[in-house]
Amino acid sequence: MTRKQKRGILIGAGVAILAAAAIMVAFALRDTIVFFKTPSEVAEGKVPVGQRFRLGGLVADGSVVRGQGTKITFAVTDTIGNVPVSYDGILPDLFREGQGVVTEGKLDPTGRFVADTVLAKHDENYMPPEVAAALEAKGVKLGEGATHPGKANN
Amino acid sequence: MVVEFGHFALVLATVVALFQMLVPFWGAQIQEQRMMATAKPAAIFQFLLLTVSFLALTYAYVVSDFSVANVVANSHSTKPLIYRISGVWGNHEGSMLLWVLILAAFGAAVALFGNNLPLTLKANVLAVQSAVALAFCIFLLSTSNPFLRLDNPPMDGRGLNPILQDPALAFHPPFLYAGYVGFSIAFSFAVAALIEGRTDAAWARWVRPWTLAAWMFLTLGIAMGSWWAYYELGWGGWWFWDPVENASFMPWLSGTALLHSALVMEKRETLKVWTILLAILTFSLSLMGTFLVRSGVLTSVHAFAVDPERGVAILVILSIFVGGSLALFALRAGELRQGGLFSPISREGGLVFNNVILTTATATVLVGTLYPLVLEGLTGAKISVGAPYFNLTFVPLMVPLLLALPFGPFLPWKRADLAAVAQRLLVACLIGLVAMVATMAMSMRGPWLAPIMMAIGVYVMAGALQELAYRVKLGSVGPQELMRRLWNLPRSMYGTALAHFGVGLLVVGIVGTSAYRTEKVLVMKPNDKVEIAGYELTYKGVAPHRGPNYREQVGAIDVARKGKFLLTLHPAKRIYDAPPQPTSEAGIYASWQGDLYTVLGDAQKEDGGFAIRVYFNPLVRFIWIGAVLMFIAGGISLSDRRLRVGAPRRSNRKVGQLAPTPAE
Repeated sequence: MTRKQKRGILIGAGVAILAAAAIMVAFALRDTIVFFKTPSEVAEGKVPVGQRFRLGGLVADGSVVRGQGTKITFAVTDTIGNVPVSYDGILPDLFREGQGVVTEGKLDPTGRFVADTVLAKHDENYMPPEVAAALEAKGVKLGEGATHPGKANN
Repeated sequence: MVVEFGHFALVLATVVALFQMLVPFWGAQIQEQRMMATAKPAAIFQFLLLTVSFLALTYAYVVSDFSVANVVANSHSTKPLIYRISGVWGNHEGSMLLWVLILAAFGAAVALFGNNLPLTLKANVLAVQSAVALAFCIFLLSTSNPFLRLDNPPMDGRGLNPILQDPALAFHPPFLYAGYVGFSIAFSFAVAALIEGRTDAAWARWVRPWTLAAWMFLTLGIAMGSWWAYYELGWGGWWFWDPVENASFMPWLSGTALLHSALVMEKRETLKVWTILLAILTFSLSLMGTFLVRSGVLTSVHAFAVDPERGVAILVILSIFVGGSLALFALRAGELRQGGLFSPISREGGLVFNNVILTTATATVLVGTLYPLVLEGLTGAKISVGAPYFNLTFVPLMVPLLLALPFGPFLPWKRADLAAVAQRLLVACLIGLVAMVATMAMSMRGPWLAPIMMAIGVYVMAGALQELAYRVKLGSVGPQELMRRLWNLPRSMYGTALAHFGVGLLVVGIVGTSAYRTEKVLVMKPNDKVEIAGYELTYKGVAPHRGPNYREQVGAIDVARKGKFLLTLHPAKRIYDAPPQPTSEAGIYASWQGDLYTVLGDAQKEDGGFAIRVYFNPLVRFIWIGAVLMFIAGGISLSDRRLRVGAPRRSNRKVGQLAPTPAE
């Protein structure tokens, strides 16, 4: 083999791997991404039933109801729209009323958001950027909701 | 007083950094020896000043000086001493100071141990290193000054985020930063080589130990972070493909590629341009990681409150260094002379394959991490890219890499016979197959892919051992000769084998815990029983307890196996005094088969029961043991004499005068 042929094989193999990866990336990005929606968007009926998405906002004050076992219901709000959420599982430590929250799941036909994931965060003062943006767009002053003194959740 | 002294030292370090950037560089341009020679004392002085600065801040934390804004925001007088110290880097300002300190430490190490480096190269390397330090010193002073005083100091501080009050996390940032920042040396060498327009094997021999050291620290840093997330966050997971995790993982991937390509450059003087590009990319990814973590532009479960202005400042620094170095690369890369020839099937070819896969994998992680940002910028849609994306893109790339991995060390340089190597690896393949059958026999459930991946992991481990066996001619020599061969085997070979063995172990751990994990969430009243993975758990109730700076509810869960009592687990829910934040402490029973992991949930109002989550995570320990083995393997390789005094096997006219010195 000449130098050129050898280089050709190496470059060809490299390009093949890159192309395969690019196809996989394109495929995965189409199928696996999850959109973020605000409670207003959901309330306006912009999200079809059964589509997986992330719902973010504040946990509405007075909305947390603990049911049988580990079942829990609460509402996520951006002060305009309000979406009831049900979840079965153990909540992250920093979950509480008045705090920012991001949940992931699907809408059921009655308009209830069935969450299978409630995202934890490490820092009391941290507000997920989507939630902050969603709230700001609705004219909610930040810093108040985010530093709500609240009570511990148990 | 001490605080002002620290502040002053930081300002002075900035001035020294400016000097160190300009004078040695200029000296190198006009070949003025005395100007170039200033680089060494400047680098050491810069490091000392930053040490003083860092110690001053640490002092403020230790004595709880609440007139310093940074201490007020992140410390509390009742905090145990170790967390008062780790609180120094448990916040943005302090961690950036640590970042610069480590940067300067690496610079000083090159200055001190680099006596055999050509003067021009050394001057340029230290000038580039100092340019980075200068940028971050200015960043610290202008947007993130940790030494600012308060006019009305409060009585006590606000405390450190409780989940950061943890031994593993106390040391996670220093290791992670030592890794991130350690790649700056490879970057500085790459840029210096481009400025001079020449590189050779000695250059690679110089860069490789530094890259290896940085890679070791990064490996351990990531492993510590993952271990912490596993036991502290109470989710039982060890990796979430979260942007902040990816930020540290990308430099690790490309750093691993750099480690391997530098090997080719050192031994065969080829892949020069590629290695230089990889060195630039790796540090660029480190800078980008710093930007992603510190700017908060991405949603992350690990994100901490951030200030967008600082993000912009880091973005500016990022663009200057990445843009500048890549522009320099585009201008100068053509001047670098290409070296030796090799056939596609050869050690070089294997390492190229490793590099192609690892950089492609880095790219897929990069796309997944940045895609939400790009899409939001273009369409305004907010999305998240999670584990399913990475499982579809990253994981399939790892399969060919892992399959090829045991071949690498068996392949000779220049030209190799694939069939002969495959024959030697037959035993490893068979062991892998046995592992697959055993996995299928032990567990009927789980994804069909899991036994295959398990086989691959075991095959990688067996392949690593087989390489050692082959080198010492195990089986064909007597015990005495065997001992002699084992003793004479270069340490870097032990390092390679151990690191590759660690990779295999890591794969086994990942597959075991991802595919065969069991989970139960239930409400338990005292004396309720639950069975999981052959263990019988009896919930005994909770009791209140008072810690040094928290209150907690401690649960008691008795664990028995086959009717025999083993131990009592104590998962707890804590509420810290300052700030009043709740945390969960998992109760974990670790064994070789896997971890029994219990978390206390919420109390039930009516009947005094507690929600309890129980996991069994099979083989999960191997993940961290694998990572620690890689760290140790790096250390063994670093201690190899050949790395320190240069490869004696290949004679090179230039090597004589450029013999590298230790990297430690």
